[in-house]
Amino acid sequence: MLILHCPYCGVDAEETELHAGGEAHLKRFGPHSSDEDFETYLFARENPKGVHFERWRHANGCGKWFHAARCTATLEVFGTYSAQVTTPPQAIRDAITAKRPGWSWRDVQ
Amino acid sequence: MSDTVSALNGATFQGFVTVEDAGLQGMITLRGDLGSAKLLAAVTAATGLVTPSQRKIVSQGDMAVAWMSPDEVLILTPYDQAGTIAATLAQALSGEHGLVQTVSDARTVVRLTGAPGSVREVLAKLAPVDLSPQAFEPGEFRRTRLAQVAGAMWFDDTTSARIICFRSVADYVFKLLCISAEEGGEVDYFN
Repeated sequence: MLILHCPYCGVDAEETELHAGGEAHLKRFGPHSSDEDFETYLFARENPKGVHFERWRHANGCGKWFHAARCTATLEVFGTYSAQVTTPPQAIRDAITAKRPGWSWRDVQ
Repeated sequence: MSDTVSALNGATFQGFVTVEDAGLQGMITLRGDLGSAKLLAAVTAATGLVTPSQRKIVSQGDMAVAWMSPDEVLILTPYDQAGTIAATLAQALSGEHGLVQTVSDARTVVRLTGAPGSVREVLAKLAPVDLSPQAFEPGEFRRTRLAQVAGAMWFDDTTSARIICFRSVADYVFKLLCISAEEGGEVDYFN
């Protein structure tokens, strides 16, 4: 059972109160973008065994979207953070580095 | 004048706690910047209450203000005053980014009364929430799920709790609570 701390209402919400929103920090390529960019935006996703960044929504709660950093292999949660950022904040990266030295995800390390 | 009835129309159930329709309840949703002084002043002017902090509910008499999310509060009023209070709020917030909407008839309120431990137990069976007396005191307001639907709950005092859910699932929630409160289903975890 995954338990995530909602940064908006401060609840340690368990999985059934949340809704998974897929990979975090996607850059949208819309009209007038190249076919390659659009295809990548639409279909290409990370599928790591280890550190991963995801979007979650506190659907049965305050209703807000937020980001979570967790390990897909152990379900360990490194932290959750605001939805209003385009890359993981330094505090989250440091927390991951402390537990998974040498980790990387896309071009984030 | 039409005869207004609540979704559960006065239903009651007597188990090891009492489950009953809390009747018609005026409810106003206010969305906006809860950090805005103008908005906070408008809430106080309309209700006489100070906007609560995160996950709290403040109440006095038949008025209450509950924290719903970082940009939303729910104002509980007497049913027949909701429209007037909403209009006052909307007036006070003109020019401010926000939304005031009367939602009295979109939602329903159920009341649980009984022994302190038993009331907690009926809710604890249905929601993924720590309902121990230390973790969930009167004054806390928690939005969560009740079995399969969204709802919100709070304790008026140690022996009574109220639950808000959407009107469309009122019957489902009432039956859930009845099953949870059925005689013979006591776990006595909180006693």
